[in-house]
Amino acid sequence: MATQNQYQWRRDKDGLGVWDHRGKVAVAGYGHSPVDRRWDERSMDQSLGAYTILACRLAMEDAGVTPDQIDGIICCDSHIAGGSGGTASNWAPRPYFDPPYDSELGLTLINGEWLAKVMELPNVRFAPTGVPTIGEMVGMASQAIADGKCNTCLVIYPTGNLEGRYRRGGENADDYAKGARQWVAPWGNHGGNDFINIFPHNQYCLKYGGTHDDLAPFVINQHRNGLLTPWGYNASHGLEQLTVEDYVTSRYILNPLRLWDCDRPVNASAAYLFTTAERAKDMKQKPVYILNHASSRGTARSLTPTLDEIQAETGSTGRKIFEGAGITADDLSFENMYDGFALFHQFHIEGLGYRGMKFGDALDFYQTDISIEGPNPVLPSGGNIGSGRSRFWMHTDCIQQLQGRAGARSVTGVKPEIAVSGGPMPMGGNFTVWSASPD
Amino acid sequence: MPKIIPVADELSKTFWDGVNDKRLILQHCAACERLQYPPKPACQFCGSGEKLEWKDVEGKGHISTYIVIEDGRLNRRMPDQPYNLALITLDEDTSVNFYSNLPGVPPYEVPVGSAVEVMFEEVAPDQLIHEWKVVG
Repeated sequence: MATQNQYQWRRDKDGLGVWDHRGKVAVAGYGHSPVDRRWDERSMDQSLGAYTILACRLAMEDAGVTPDQIDGIICCDSHIAGGSGGTASNWAPRPYFDPPYDSELGLTLINGEWLAKVMELPNVRFAPTGVPTIGEMVGMASQAIADGKCNTCLVIYPTGNLEGRYRRGGENADDYAKGARQWVAPWGNHGGNDFINIFPHNQYCLKYGGTHDDLAPFVINQHRNGLLTPWGYNASHGLEQLTVEDYVTSRYILNPLRLWDCDRPVNASAAYLFTTAERAKDMKQKPVYILNHASSRGTARSLTPTLDEIQAETGSTGRKIFEGAGITADDLSFENMYDGFALFHQFHIEGLGYRGMKFGDALDFYQTDISIEGPNPVLPSGGNIGSGRSRFWMHTDCIQQLQGRAGARSVTGVKPEIAVSGGPMPMGGNFTVWSASPD
Repeated sequence: MPKIIPVADELSKTFWDGVNDKRLILQHCAACERLQYPPKPACQFCGSGEKLEWKDVEGKGHISTYIVIEDGRLNRRMPDQPYNLALITLDEDTSVNFYSNLPGVPPYEVPVGSAVEVMFEEVAPDQLIHEWKVVG
């Protein structure tokens, strides 16, 4: 049943025109687990597997879909913490539990084959492997439904976090650097979105003026929106609203990157139910339609991307997003581009030209009203910074806002009609345009 | 304090052999006259693999920007914290960049824009890495 990921689904070039399947694919339901800081390795009802099963069941229930109707599963089968995640690298070999938790599957890893078996989904015919991030999974699901590879597809993003400090094991504990790490680790770069974007961020501040702490209103806004997300980590664990003072006095991680520029790793899972727009009309919830999906696959000229390279890529991404959706930036009700870490969201939204923004405008824009009540909402989801590093908030929020189910987090300064989400990186990711209407 | 030790592979062996001889040699595409670092199987501009050759470069550059690693994830480097991590652009081709810890420059006191030149630092017996020192 499991198929290798050789499916050429990406829309990653300029000039592809309006997506042939614009408005013909929809999301009909979503589900999510509680969001914990870590799994304690004992509570089987809180394992990544248990949380993923819960999220899938809730998504199916939300849409009104039965197990026999599921014919596609797109699931991230890698541990979010990677090969260096927490103490994960020290876990195996170890004693396992009774089936279905008699291997790493269900504990720290989830894949479509395991899920179809434990959830008794008898008709799955599309379950690709090697799909790395939720942004790509959403894009792949959109195209797979459009291409008829499946008709009713669960898109699942499990994000595990284990005991121990995040990503302090595995290759980060190694005295040697192999592969791509030979070019970065000897000098202290452990890899990741922080290192990729912090130098361009510094170049940005030098070029356009402003300082790193000008990100404060953005981070505060993220935390506020996160606290309006009841199941998010911050809201469900009673955290208080972050203040500007908290932010600008927080300790540095990679100076100028501060603690509160980072997102908090969590143990959680989310699922979405994708289907055709035609089928979605008869399901329980108001469908949210996909107008386009677009990929960014930028490559740095040298060791690490420069500001110029990032701006060229995000500009291209913006053009692809809008061209395929047949819209302009002016049509966006709000944006939910990726945010973990705080220092590169400006690259995403400047590339979009969100609210007429040009390169270099974002830090000033952050000083204006970017709240959900205003005319220019920035990341109403609160993102990873506001609710934990699950990477799915942006997509869930687009769905909820356009369905009118965002509760206290609902945007009120704009009419929620069309939104964009995606990421993770300005130099590489996948982006989706969502709409309340198929037209 | 000890740095992490690079492990050469088939693609990078020529580069690291050069570094161990205290030479900075980069891939050069004869087809499009561009330098390339880190090494790749083919030129990322024209796609040519056959036209890629190794070329000694002068090893002069400038500091573009920097950060200070205060709470990194690499076990072996933690005793060094806080330490500088600078982005160096190569004068011969400013689109080529390198990392440097800028030996001798105290944390936070990095002279952005200053000229640097390559030097070589031992990280293990018979293994050097390329580093950069401020000049002038």
